Amino acid sequence: MKSLEELKAIRERMQNQVNLRESSQSATRVVVGMATCGIASGARPVLTTLSNLVQEKGLTGKITVTQTGCIGLCQYEPIVEVMEPGKEKITYIKMTPEKAEEVVERHLIGGHPVEKYTLNAVDLK
Amino acid sequence: MYRSHVLVCGGTGCTSSGSQQIMETLKAEIEKNGLSEEVSVVQTGCHGLCALGPIMIIYPDATFYALVKVEDIPEIVSEHLLKGRVVTRLLYKETVTPSGIKSLEDTDFYKKQHRIALRNCGVINPEVIEEYIGTGGYQALGKVLTEMTPDEVIQTILDSGLRGRGGAGFPTGLKWRLAKGNDADQKYVCCNADEGDPGAFMDRSVLEGDPHAVLEAMAIAGYAIGASQGYIYVRAEYPIAVQRLQIAIKQAREMELLGNNIFGTDFSFDIDLRLGAGAFVCGEETALMTSIEGKRGEPRPRPPFPAQKGLFGKPSILNNVETLANIPQIILNGPEWFASMGTEKSKGTKVFALGGKIHNTGLVEIPMGTTLREVIEEIGGGIPGGKKFKAAQTGGPSGGCIPAEHFDIPIDYDNLISIGSMMGSGGLIVLDEDDCMVDIAKFFLEFTVEESCGKCTPCRIGTRRMLEILTKITKGQATMEDLDKLEELCYYVKNNSLCGLGQTAPNPVLSTIRYFRDEYEAHIKEKRCPAGVCKALLSYVIDRDKCRGCTLCAKTCPAGAIIGTVKNPHIIDTDKCIKCGACMEKCHFGAIYKK
Repeated sequence: MKSLEELKAIRERMQNQVNLRESSQSATRVVVGMATCGIASGARPVLTTLSNLVQEKGLTGKITVTQTGCIGLCQYEPIVEVMEPGKEKITYIKMTPEKAEEVVERHLIGGHPVEKYTLNAVDLK
Repeated sequence: MYRSHVLVCGGTGCTSSGSQQIMETLKAEIEKNGLSEEVSVVQTGCHGLCALGPIMIIYPDATFYALVKVEDIPEIVSEHLLKGRVVTRLLYKETVTPSGIKSLEDTDFYKKQHRIALRNCGVINPEVIEEYIGTGGYQALGKVLTEMTPDEVIQTILDSGLRGRGGAGFPTGLKWRLAKGNDADQKYVCCNADEGDPGAFMDRSVLEGDPHAVLEAMAIAGYAIGASQGYIYVRAEYPIAVQRLQIAIKQAREMELLGNNIFGTDFSFDIDLRLGAGAFVCGEETALMTSIEGKRGEPRPRPPFPAQKGLFGKPSILNNVETLANIPQIILNGPEWFASMGTEKSKGTKVFALGGKIHNTGLVEIPMGTTLREVIEEIGGGIPGGKKFKAAQTGGPSGGCIPAEHFDIPIDYDNLISIGSMMGSGGLIVLDEDDCMVDIAKFFLEFTVEESCGKCTPCRIGTRRMLEILTKITKGQATMEDLDKLEELCYYVKNNSLCGLGQTAPNPVLSTIRYFRDEYEAHIKEKRCPAGVCKALLSYVIDRDKCRGCTLCAKTCPAGAIIGTVKNPHIIDTDKCIKCGACMEKCHFGAIYKK
């Protein structure tokens, strides 16, 4: 180690990974439906995309990405729910890794839910 | 990048309950489910709740699984890691509430803790230097080398109020300043990892869970006093700690965090390991240094103090593992931060190893000044079986006991000394009504007699004579004159021994006499052991009215000492009885009692 910059570079690279191991109860929770229906319709790449992006963008302290079971809307899987403290839950449906990227950019970072992918955008009968 | 980290404890406690096998099975099962690229398995150091091992924590949701078995792994992988369904039956009971699962930090065990020395234990993989750097590791060393003078470093440590965590509580900054003040062509930084008190294992846990913190602190100390070489004296009975230290030193050298011209400055520092063969006296500073030199580990008189003439006759400092683990944090957060915790003369936190009659056996780090009641009843979860608290033994064979009357005493160096015990390295053994205080004193004295190096007469012969008197007392053969002689001998050994081992060896005896004189007198005058421990003073008796003649006790007795026929009251032949208590445990009717 010849300089402090070198140390800093390693630290920044590792920080977000190690931060994943802090449990912050107040943080925003992003939950991916990973029951049989979710997995069958492709929830896993969605989950890994979300998790990787949150770590890459250095958001692990504020946002927790986890899985959950079936919420009963199997035809709309993969489903992603975003729960921010003090705000109403936003439910995204028929997610793909590409849509997930958009959600991270516009909703998790930008603060504006991507309305067109949410459950509100479809007509529930 | 992984979406989930599974932390498996690889400390000595969990390793002995099979965590290595769990880790292997887990990796295989994750592979089988195609999750290898999504889930990372991390071996960590001790989490503190050793009684619940093997322990597993799954992040990001921080699910805490306790007492995990190899058979549980497939379920954890397919349910939790794949589908996100928590395996409720394996959860640590304390985290399960009617309204859901609560965070580990909110449990009674962790709530009042404040982890500084243990901050990375159970969080990072101790065998990966990058993880330590990721939590701010080696930043303090960088700061010290590029921004501070050695005097500023020493002043920072002095201002923080940090005192030695090995037991005596000498101010760490002062020790460093004395060593810096002595000019020499070579100086040494030594780390005392020869943790020998029965029941204390915090140093082992730090070495196993966060070895780089100790290396970093030693380099900082080297810079402060002007040393270029460090030695860690670690006992060979700690194989996991030794192995992790070797890995850590190798990685630090590869990254040039040890070696020549660290961070491009002209400061050079290296560290080597020296393994101790397990002699208790080698934890004493002069004996430890003599042992590093390759000679028989015996203490020598002071002065000269190690700061003047220590290892190889050069100015040296010796700091305990836990003391060193605090140093990088003090440098990074400032002395005011550290001094804001604790009591007036004891700053910061202290790690205690809870053992004995307590629910949560394990390691806890608490701010100085926390009361014994909080430690035992809240953090420790109280005494099992509704038994009554009798005393807490602190400081191991050098310390004494704290009786119930001092239950609300804030724990710090000076308070413990004032009531006749001492902090020691932080072993805290809880005793209940079933423990005999004379027997406890005898237990610790047996240890010091065994471990006395034999160099000075008061310790070698004095402790042996003391043990003989104690043995007489527990056999009911002593007189009150013996008790007086024992006390006199205690003061003699205390005042005349060469090193700390002999000087503190009488403490367990003196403090039990001070607080539990009635128990000593009961043994001597009434030939009775009030707690029912000392075998020579016991006899087992069958209550004729309660005995139903079921013959279970007679079948259980290994000595064939119980006589009787079916459906008739049995009796115990006291000549044959070996007082093992097996009959009493088996009796369904509570008909057997100790007298």
